[in-house]
Amino acid sequence: MQSFGRRRFIQSGAWALGATLVTSGVSFARADADTKSRFVFVILRGALDGLAVVPPYGDPDYASLRRDLALHAPGSAGGVLPLSNPFGLHPSCQFLHECFTARELVVFHAISSPYRERSHFDGQDVLENGTVRPHAVQTGWLNRALAAMPVRGGAERERGVALGQNVPLVMRGPAAVTSWSPSKLAALDDDTLQRITDLYASDPLLAKRLADALAADEIAASSQAMAQGGTRYGEVINAAAGFLRREDGPQVAVFDTIGWDTHANEGSAEGQLAGRLAALDAGLRTLKEQLGPVWKDTAVVLATEFGRTVAVNGTRGTDHGTGAAAFLLGGAVRGGRVLADWPGLSARALYQGRDLQPTLDLRAVLKGVLQEHLLVPYDAVESSVFPDSARAKALKGLIRT
Amino acid sequence: MLQPFTSAIAANRFGLGARPGDLAHIGNDPVGWLRVQLKGAPPALAAEGLRSSADIIAQSLVVRREIRQARQEAKNGDAAALEAVIKLPKLFRPLYIAEVTARFRQAAATDRPFLERVTQFWTNHFAVSVDKVAVLGVAGSLEREAIRPRVLGNFTGLLLAVEQHPAMLLYLDNHISVGPHSRAAAIVGRRNAKRPVGINENLAREIMELHTLGVGSGYTQADVTTFAEVITGWSIGGEAGRFSSGAPGQFVFRSELHEPGAKVVLGKRYPDNGIEQGEAVLRDIAARPATAHFIATKLCRHFIADDPAPAAVAHVANAFTSSSGDLPTVYQALLTAPGAWAQPLSKYKTPSDYIVSTFRGLELPVGDGRGALGAFEVLGQRTYSPGSPAGWPDRSDDWSGASALMKRIEWADAVGQRVGGRREAAGLAPELLGGNLSANTSTAISRAASAPQALTLLLAAPEFMRR
Repeated sequence: MQSFGRRRFIQSGAWALGATLVTSGVSFARADADTKSRFVFVILRGALDGLAVVPPYGDPDYASLRRDLALHAPGSAGGVLPLSNPFGLHPSCQFLHECFTARELVVFHAISSPYRERSHFDGQDVLENGTVRPHAVQTGWLNRALAAMPVRGGAERERGVALGQNVPLVMRGPAAVTSWSPSKLAALDDDTLQRITDLYASDPLLAKRLADALAADEIAASSQAMAQGGTRYGEVINAAAGFLRREDGPQVAVFDTIGWDTHANEGSAEGQLAGRLAALDAGLRTLKEQLGPVWKDTAVVLATEFGRTVAVNGTRGTDHGTGAAAFLLGGAVRGGRVLADWPGLSARALYQGRDLQPTLDLRAVLKGVLQEHLLVPYDAVESSVFPDSARAKALKGLIRT
Repeated sequence: MLQPFTSAIAANRFGLGARPGDLAHIGNDPVGWLRVQLKGAPPALAAEGLRSSADIIAQSLVVRREIRQARQEAKNGDAAALEAVIKLPKLFRPLYIAEVTARFRQAAATDRPFLERVTQFWTNHFAVSVDKVAVLGVAGSLEREAIRPRVLGNFTGLLLAVEQHPAMLLYLDNHISVGPHSRAAAIVGRRNAKRPVGINENLAREIMELHTLGVGSGYTQADVTTFAEVITGWSIGGEAGRFSSGAPGQFVFRSELHEPGAKVVLGKRYPDNGIEQGEAVLRDIAARPATAHFIATKLCRHFIADDPAPAAVAHVANAFTSSSGDLPTVYQALLTAPGAWAQPLSKYKTPSDYIVSTFRGLELPVGDGRGALGAFEVLGQRTYSPGSPAGWPDRSDDWSGASALMKRIEWADAVGQRVGGRREAAGLAPELLGGNLSANTSTAISRAASAPQALTLLLAAPEFMRR
């Protein structure tokens, strides 16, 4: 096993986190990016175990801390899929690994939002509201980013879609967004619908929601992908792809997944978490397939509210922690890299003696993607989208230009 | 205070939706109508198919043993192994359906809807979620056994009963949490040094964060960890192997799992007197001002407004503190809090509220089995499955999404089509909405093209979407 010091920059290719990537200022991207670019934000609610999905199998302290939960080196039975030493990918993540090999995936480790406590619900609130405090605002960073994007030609339309009945906090705010979820109920006849529309004329909230729903249904109905299904996230992901494929459709989609709160019997190469990861991985593969030619213009971020304890707890699971893993994938992504300022897992290196020390701010990734991919103006990213984030300088070069 | 709409607010905001005749019955005394519902023991839920949590868990332990055996005998992927995996859901699903059907019937028919609403409030406050299969069979019994009988008692009694209920222990993993210096840890350590034995802090954290003090109220990670040690040994009887003592399926304190020693939680030292150590911590936490404030905030958010006025929260928190957590006193304080009777209607109904108020308003019978429960799933609030221990969210933005509204309207239309021929929407509207009925809605109903469409319009009306 390769040994390394207490802290080490992990990189592949010519990238070094400290030097090349972290700069601020205006970004340069292809001219039509503002209309072609597509962005998907996937919220992994419940605190995904970063040390399970991106196991640092080459870290000298990993196996002893993770005990039964530890994954083995690449090549052995149930072994991890190789990234760059010391990191591997959970064996359930076949598609993500294909993306890595195709240089369409960046893996981030020891990453976190500015939140430093261990409440799921406050952690998710900070992940979504984009500030440094839970419940500081009632809008989300992604919606504020949409509001700051240059206005495209033609009539104002929904720029974002939430896959689900309701819009999660990250997508709430001033910009027009809609939500869509599959329905087993019969559609209304036009006359009744018209009467309800009239009835809502004096109720701004309901009038707006109904109009949004009708617009979303129209898009969803015209998407041929709707007939397909299969995987756990299949229906939702097919719909997301249906929205994003349309030239005049929303550029941004968000959906959330639950089930990552693995306090007991987490499993390792097989087991509870392995099954959930396999379903997520299959869903992402479906997304790529359904997006077809649009995949090359797409960037997807997977993020969770925080990580989990480094050591296994008393019930073969892990408790709430701090440093986590995150992913950026898609045809528009300059991938094939693990970006981590790896703090190590030695007792001295741990945050509060129990968690992976976060060394990268998730906002640095998000800010980079918003600027380079969606061309959200620098000033807006630094002020309205992510206030008080000056120290989390945007990572540059995450997107192909 | 008395306005043309106060009886409708009593029935809809504090109750579960008016039935025909309710508003006339409430008349000029909405507060009296609500107060009288707090008198007398809460009714027990009785129905065929309801079983005790102890009974259910005891049976599930037998099934789990069979599953382990089948797995040992069969090869992975083999039909017998697959069959074994679905044994538990197969056992639990009919129990779940019986529980949610009984609960739905109670909500649709009760003459004490204020009491039923506070019961539902507490169930959501102390949430478990059936997406964890282990609690699919017992989520209903948590409400029925621990919550329902205590909603008119004291908060501390309610808290203790919930935290010691097997469903909560299973949901937040405390039944298998082991003190690192306990006798059980020493035995396991001798046998297998590699096997991790220790605490699971899930329940301790959520008690502090979600059930009592509220996040950000000043407790630390050390308080959480120590409290988790204090409640090691709060477990369930009859589990196999190292957890084999006690009556199967019932709460049991296992001294062999308990972390020995005095402990300091929130600055106070608690001597190690077994189960009483944890109970003493819970009693003290329940009496802290942060708990009164947190509970009052959630109650005001549920009953009054998404962002209740600080004066309303303070009013309810004072009642909580000065009565030492006497719940009927707290509920009565809600009725006199600033904004409690305010117009326009500020709370957007949750899917559950919407379905129950429709069933009450139209006096629809709750059928048997899965059929009646499908609505909750389709409209996005499958009973007992909030997906996290935080419970279902309680603000308009969480429920008023475009897709959610469309489903609600489509469901209203399906109801209108089915029963519209036998209901007279124009007559029903003032019965259900009283002084909240708008001229717009009355006009739309009176001009409807058909009786079913008239009913759909009533159910889709803005004032029926809110409470």
